[in-house]
Amino acid sequence: MSAVIETHHDDHHHGPGKGITRWLFTTNHKDIGTLYLWFSFIMFLVGGAMALVIRAELFQPGLQFVHPEFFNQMTTNHGLIMVFGVIMPAMVGLANWQVPMMIGAPDMALPRLNNLSFWILPFAGGLLVSTLFMDGGGPNFGWTFYAPLSTTYAPPSTTFFIFAVHLLGASSIMGSINIIATILNLRAPGMTLMKMPLFVWTWLITAYLLLAVMPVLAGAVTMMLFDIHFHTSFFNAAGGGDPVMFQHVFWFFGHPEVYILILPAFGVVSQIIPTFARKPLFGYDSMVYAVASIAFLSFIVWAHHMFTVGMPLAGQLFFMYATMLIAIPTGVKVFNWVSTMWRGSMTFETPMLFAIAFVVLFTIGGFSGLMLAITPVDFQYHDTYFVVAHFHYVLVPGAVFGIFAAVYYWLPKWCGRMYDEAMGRLHFWLSFIGVNLTFFPQHFSGLAGMPRRIPDYSIQFADFNMWSSIGAFIFGFSQLILLYTVIKTIKSGEPASDRVWDGAHGLEWTLPSPPPYHSFTHPPVVTDAEAHS
Amino acid sequence: MANAAEDKSIYYVPENGWYPVWVALGVTCLLVGAGRWLNAIKVGGEPSFIVLWAGVIILTVVLFSWFNKVIQENHAGLPNAQVKRSYVWGMSWFIFSEVMFFFAFFGALFYARVFAVSWLGGEGDKGITGDYLWPQFTPDWPVVNNPDPSRFTNPHESMASPGVGNWLSYLPFWNTLILLSSSVTVHFAHTAVKNNNRGGLKAWLGLTVALGALFLFVQGYEYHHAYQELGLTLGSGIYGSTFFILTGFHGFHVTLGTFILLMQLVRAFRGHFKPDDQFGLEAASWYWHFVDVVWVCLFIFVYVL
Ligand SMILES: [Cu+2]
Repeated sequence: MSAVIETHHDDHHHGPGKGITRWLFTTNHKDIGTLYLWFSFIMFLVGGAMALVIRAELFQPGLQFVHPEFFNQMTTNHGLIMVFGVIMPAMVGLANWQVPMMIGAPDMALPRLNNLSFWILPFAGGLLVSTLFMDGGGPNFGWTFYAPLSTTYAPPSTTFFIFAVHLLGASSIMGSINIIATILNLRAPGMTLMKMPLFVWTWLITAYLLLAVMPVLAGAVTMMLFDIHFHTSFFNAAGGGDPVMFQHVFWFFGHPEVYILILPAFGVVSQIIPTFARKPLFGYDSMVYAVASIAFLSFIVWAHHMFTVGMPLAGQLFFMYATMLIAIPTGVKVFNWVSTMWRGSMTFETPMLFAIAFVVLFTIGGFSGLMLAITPVDFQYHDTYFVVAHFHYVLVPGAVFGIFAAVYYWLPKWCGRMYDEAMGRLHFWLSFIGVNLTFFPQHFSGLAGMPRRIPDYSIQFADFNMWSSIGAFIFGFSQLILLYTVIKTIKSGEPASDRVWDGAHGLEWTLPSPPPYHSFTHPPVVTDAEAHS
Repeated sequence: MANAAEDKSIYYVPENGWYPVWVALGVTCLLVGAGRWLNAIKVGGEPSFIVLWAGVIILTVVLFSWFNKVIQENHAGLPNAQVKRSYVWGMSWFIFSEVMFFFAFFGALFYARVFAVSWLGGEGDKGITGDYLWPQFTPDWPVVNNPDPSRFTNPHESMASPGVGNWLSYLPFWNTLILLSSSVTVHFAHTAVKNNNRGGLKAWLGLTVALGALFLFVQGYEYHHAYQELGLTLGSGIYGSTFFILTGFHGFHVTLGTFILLMQLVRAFRGHFKPDDQFGLEAASWYWHFVDVVWVCLFIFVYVL
């Protein structure tokens, strides 16, 4: 038996496996990171196509292309896919590639579990998308799936939607356990917690958020399943339950979820800005504490999504003030990013362009969030396009730009080849213009009263919507530039140096580009130059 | 020449394996099969179980081989102390996520008791709704008179505690004792293996498994009693909903825990576990303590209060 084991042992010093089984059976953090990122990109195109269906329908008032019932399925699935199929997997993919390299580890702590957390995703994503082709159509109740729309009045495919959410949750929980075990257990000697790169810190905290709230989401959909199939009355007042209870359980998950989507992007930006400003990150400690406080506050603000649903006055006041408190740690972060750039010798390569756009546009999204937090005015904004503008500003030029920035920043390290800077900039400017053209007008149509999730609208909103639709198509199609640029880099980019960026610090830059299959087989020495001191 | 075992600075990264992707396939088959079954029942159709069974079989085979492989690697000394620490972190945070799963259902219970039911009965700002729809509804907990009994049948009686004086004839009280003592016995089993007392290990672990099975038997009897005699079902309003989802998922976890402990018992008889290396057993015992704590919360909040 020992002979068998020894062959295995030898295997792991070998390179990647052959053919398709390399990807199916891999236990390697880089392969799994790559799988996550490609999966995320494919889903980005799927969810993006749905967004374009929505924007095409809204280009003009009146009903043009799709049936309102199908429009509802598009808004629902666009949201679900972008949240669970695009941003979360992309962030996990980045964590897979970067966390072991940034803390001086050979791989993730639990490599087989890592493979499982990835391979659940295509099945779950496939199941979710397949609901669109089932009898009665796919989920049509909005990505927040409020009861009783998602229980009493739901299409039969909701059963499979529920199971898809269970699978996605299981994947996230396993991924988080793995990331926590890696960060807590596999840091190189000398890499103390307060020397960890900010990206690692933000992911550690994100992983805890995931562990705390994904099970609650599983509980919420489980209660839905029981209400649909087993005649329970959790969300039915006729049996003593309450549909509003669904909203409480959902948003107890949902609000931390938005930080799950954005915190790793905070981490990315905190890596990139110091590199291109050629200065250490301003206020490292306060950045860590700010992320931790945001994570803590995220658990006690959920009902700000429910001000209009009816809540005792004391509850409205509490959730309003608690929500506004989040502006403080967030302000600390924005201040620190700006201060890092202050008097830096800055250059503006593509990752830096995306990072700066992130800081500016995320702040706009943060401000509209503050407006929405104010209970009395939220009564006007609730369920209008102002809300749509708000969360798209934090998610698209926020989370998604964070992912783009990370990809351009680390791609030369991953494949040992430099991307085409001109193409990167083209991608940036088209995305930047597209995103603002799409979402900025929605602030105005929302304030003027245009409701979200409706396929038709009053003539007065026609101009805003036309601009929005034009912007959405610019943004959507410019993502093909990213695809082209990445493929070109992998196939024929110029060789990249090990350090790649002359202002870059951190253990990942001490490895060759591309790095060896197992990043650090022996723990590296953590020097002050490579870690925050 | 087991280099990896000797050179403790090398972290053991397992070679590629087929298990995880098959688990993903198996669990998907299981859920798709279950979904087709549920949807068929709902419209009164003929359910087909092929996909469901395929999932069960795949999962059984793969999980068994996977755990077997990990145990073999451990016997060959491949994982070093650091890898074992990863297992410890992994198991602890897995249990934390399980705690949060129950937290959702406890949250639903508290929300229903404190807010939903009293608002339906006319208290607070929202009282008006209940007054219009179901003016006869009185907000008592346990809810044995539903707002609309034509849609959610009233149970004759709840499972609530009859008062401390009558606990000797109250089965959930005995179940609490059974589960609490099983937590003690599993701890003794763990201590026994640490002291290299093989006989003690097998005896205490065997006793724990027996207590777990006894708990499940009593719980099954209680469910039968509830459905047949009390008319208390999943469909009897918010009390039945919260009662069965909390005790039901707890019972499911006890079943899983008993099965895991049974596997550890089999391993104990095969001579596995050393005084300084018994993480499989330790993880199983953590899991068991966790289901025990959940039960204590259930006993207090679902049965007694
Ligand atoms: Cu929120």
